[in-house]
Order: sequence, then C-alpha cells, then structure tokens
Amino acid sequence: MMDYKEIIAQYDGKAGGIIEAYHALLREFSYLPEEAIAEAARVFKLSTAEAYGIATFYSMFSVEARGKNVVRICESAPCHVAGAADVVAALERELGIKMGESTADGKFALEFTECVGQCQATPVITVNGKPYLDVSPAQIPAIIAEYK
Amino acid sequence: MAEEMRIVLRNYGKIDPLKIDDYLAQGGYKSLEKARAMNTADLIAEVKKSNLRGRGGAGFNCGMKWSFAAGAQADQKYVICNADEGEPGTYKDRLIMENDPHTLIEGMAICAYAIGATQGYIYLRGEYPFLVSTLNTAINQAKEKGLVKDFDIEVRSGAGAYVCGEETALIESIEGKRGEPRFKPPYPPSEGLWSKPTIVNNVETFANIPVIIEKGADWYASIGNPAYPGTKVFTLTGDINNRTFFEVPTNTTIREIVFQFGGGVPGDKKFKAVQIGGTSGAFIPDALLDTPVAFDSMSAIGATLGSGATFVIDESRDIVDVATRIAGFFEHESCGKCAPCREGTARTAELMEKINEGRGSNKDVALLEKLGTVMSYSCLCGLGQAAPAPVLTTIKHFKADYEAKFV
Repeated sequence: MMDYKEIIAQYDGKAGGIIEAYHALLREFSYLPEEAIAEAARVFKLSTAEAYGIATFYSMFSVEARGKNVVRICESAPCHVAGAADVVAALERELGIKMGESTADGKFALEFTECVGQCQATPVITVNGKPYLDVSPAQIPAIIAEYK
Repeated sequence: MAEEMRIVLRNYGKIDPLKIDDYLAQGGYKSLEKARAMNTADLIAEVKKSNLRGRGGAGFNCGMKWSFAAGAQADQKYVICNADEGEPGTYKDRLIMENDPHTLIEGMAICAYAIGATQGYIYLRGEYPFLVSTLNTAINQAKEKGLVKDFDIEVRSGAGAYVCGEETALIESIEGKRGEPRFKPPYPPSEGLWSKPTIVNNVETFANIPVIIEKGADWYASIGNPAYPGTKVFTLTGDINNRTFFEVPTNTTIREIVFQFGGGVPGDKKFKAVQIGGTSGAFIPDALLDTPVAFDSMSAIGATLGSGATFVIDESRDIVDVATRIAGFFEHESCGKCAPCREGTARTAELMEKINEGRGSNKDVALLEKLGTVMSYSCLCGLGQAAPAPVLTTIKHFKADYEAKFV
C-alpha cells in the first residue's frame, strides 16, 4: 500500500493539483485521512483549513473512514420515479447497514448520490464509479457478491 | 413530421472511438486544417455568422464569445471544455465523448487556434471515471499524428459537485479550489482560468464546430429555428416508451419530442407533464406542448431548453412529491456562497416537505412563490436562479395537486 506522502508528492508542482491528489488518495484509502489533508496543505501551500474546505466541498470525497467499496445510488428525479427506494431497501438489507454507513468489516460503504449520467436505464447504482443499469432489488445480492 | 438530423452525433456507431484512423476516414481533422488556413478574424466571423449558440444552457453566441477572448491581450489563454454534465436526466455529452472523442478535440483545437490558446482542459465530471482513458487515448493519438501540435489538452476530473457546471465554479475547481462561482464581471473570456482569457464551452458546442467549418456558416444557420439554429441532442427519461436519445433540428416541437420520438407514455396512462432542460427546468403541461424547443420559444413560455434532458411523468405520478425531491437536490447542491441560494434552497425544500407531508396550506405556496421569485433574480449564479423553476411551474400549472395535499 502506498504511503499518503508518496501519493501527494506525485502531484507536487501541478497547478490546481490538490483535487487530482485527493482522487489518487481516494483510490488507495477510500477516504481522505486527516494527516493526508495536512500534508496536501503543506505541498500545495494552502492552510489546513483551506485543504479541509476543498476535501469537504465535493461529495465524492470523504474525510471520515468508510468502506473500501463505495456503493452509491442515485436519488435524482428519474431514478426516484423508476423505483430507487426499493433498491435502497435491498442494498440496506443485503449489507445490513443504513444509507450513509459502512459495514463493520470495512468492505462496503453505502451512499446516496445525485445523477450519474446513465438516465437511459434507471434506477442506477455505481460501485467504485462503475455503473449498473436498470437495477432491480433482486439483482443486488449478485452485484454485491462481485466485490466480496 | 419531424426527422432526426445528426450533426454532433454524425459518427455515432459508425467509428471505433479509440481509433483515430476511423475518424480520419470520415473526414476528421480536415476542418482543423481548413480553419488553420484561414485568418483568425475570418474564422471567428464564420462561427459568429453560423449563429451557433452555446449548448450548455445559457445560449450565448459562440463566435461572439470567442471574439472577446481573441481580442484580449495576454501571454497565455485557455480553452476549457465543460464536460461536467450534472443535470439529472442528461447524458448527451457522455454519448459524444464515449463515441466520438475526436470531434470534441477537433472543436477545441479550432477554438484554440481562433483565440490564440496553447493549453486546453477537459473538465470531466467525477461520475465518468471510465471516460478518462478514452479521452486521453484520443488526445495522445491526435498528438502522435501531429494534428494538434501547438495545443495541449489535459483531462481534469470533478469530484461530485453540480455547481461546477457553472463556468466560473468550474474554473475555480480546475485551480484546485472549492467550486464556488465567481462574481461576474469580469467574464472568463477576459479573465478566466488563473486570471487569463479563457473560453469555456460545452461538449456539444465544441462538437458542432468541425461541421460548421466544413459545411459553412450559411448551411448551419439555415437549419432549425433561425434564432437558435442547428440541432439539439435530447435524452428521454421517466414515463416514456422510448427511453432513448436523438438529435433533431431546433424547430421541432415538444409534442414531437415526447410523442413522436419518445413514443408517448407507456400503458393506458395519460401524459401529465414534461420537464425539459434537466432538473432545473420548468414542468410543462399538455397545453404548451406545441412550443418549438428552440431557446427563445422556450423562454417565451417560462421554460428553458437547457441541456435537452427530457423527463416525462404520467398521470399516476405525484408531481408535488417529484418537485419536493428536486427541491432536496438543490438544497444539497447549493454551494452556500450567496445567501439567497444557501437559505433559499433550504427554505424551499423545507416548505415543499411540509406541503408534501400534508401539513401545508395556501400560505406556504404563497411563500414559495415569493421566495422563488426573489431567488430567480438575486442569486449569484445560474444554480440558484434556476432552482425555483420546477417548484414555481408546478404551482402554476398543477395548483390542484398542491391543494389536494393541504391540511
């Protein structure tokens, strides 16, 4: 596993690169650890408050530890009318957690998201950014099994 | 009977997006060559004459915008492609990038030549991580062939913030900051990315450019509605038989979009309303369906064309519930920089929830109308200005649905 300092160092000197560095940290840790935010602030010559402010502004970043595989379900209007609520219930049942929580084994995090741009086939969920289309509650166990 | 006409989707399904030779075989990059043989003033005049207006939602004359950046004096200028498409129901930019990335690169390179920029950025929404490699492959291929030798393009990923579709918020995000909109003026063509002259255009806007250069401004200006010529890509979602996409001239009517191309509402149910332009769009009732989709015709009925996302709901849907969900969306996505939006979206969501749960009254509707009107002109950016539209138009056209929920 790469050290957070090594990850951030790859973006040192890149104008506006802190967001890219945060994306890279996310791929490794699934969230932005406090010490990594402080390190990013140092490298990109920002105050820790500014670096934290950037980390909390964007919905894909999390400053709290969360499960490795981030399962997100769209709650925008097209998914809403296509039955997203039933898929949410199936996800909560399958993982034994509520929306916004992570599993105790650290494998999964369950989050709401707004539109993911796959509205031709609603409802949609994504796992680590990969979209699953026309999802029905019955498909949830098989999708989750791919990441176990 | 309206017919489909593919300009920006002209290569859809015909080429392998990862093979530049396929694009070249369709005449790709010839427009860039042609543009480079023109002087930049003539090139910009041609784009202006085509009357191509931005396809990201604001509808500003594209050539005019370019002329501002071209006329600005600076040691560095930038071209940015807004690929942030975050409007729920919209995926047309993804279709273009997924299936024909080179048309976007060619359009950006023509713009770069026109204004004198050497660096470009594609600001890609974080929800499309799978497109990063497609775009980088296309950029590298164009470089290797020496087609864009004086112009570098970098892909930057957003991280889940709807407001970053607003051009100055997008610029802030590329600069590595919170994506909060700037006060305007100055506008980006004079002071944009890192305070340098910058053109920000949508994916669909750039994809129109190569064809305009190839076939000429007069040809383009003659298609569709003269005040907003060309075509528009529509994406259909919700209670509609064909949940699909298509590209049509801008004089096509909403009724043709929903019933001819969309195949109408499934089952034996009746059409109730259509929301065009994404989640910030107005809800349009049956009585207004014969309106052409062009920018100004839509404005005339209090609606917007926006991104072209078309969301249909049938009679069985609870439109107050849908509008409540949308109000929640804006509360979540408001960046909080300006008070009218930060407070306005929160209070709107609160009042909508109250009504939706059967605890509201006419007084709450009156408050929503007043609040929405104030927001529409006092918010700093388009997010807050457009946020009240779904609520205000559902109150206007579907008041009975609200009244049915009153205490």
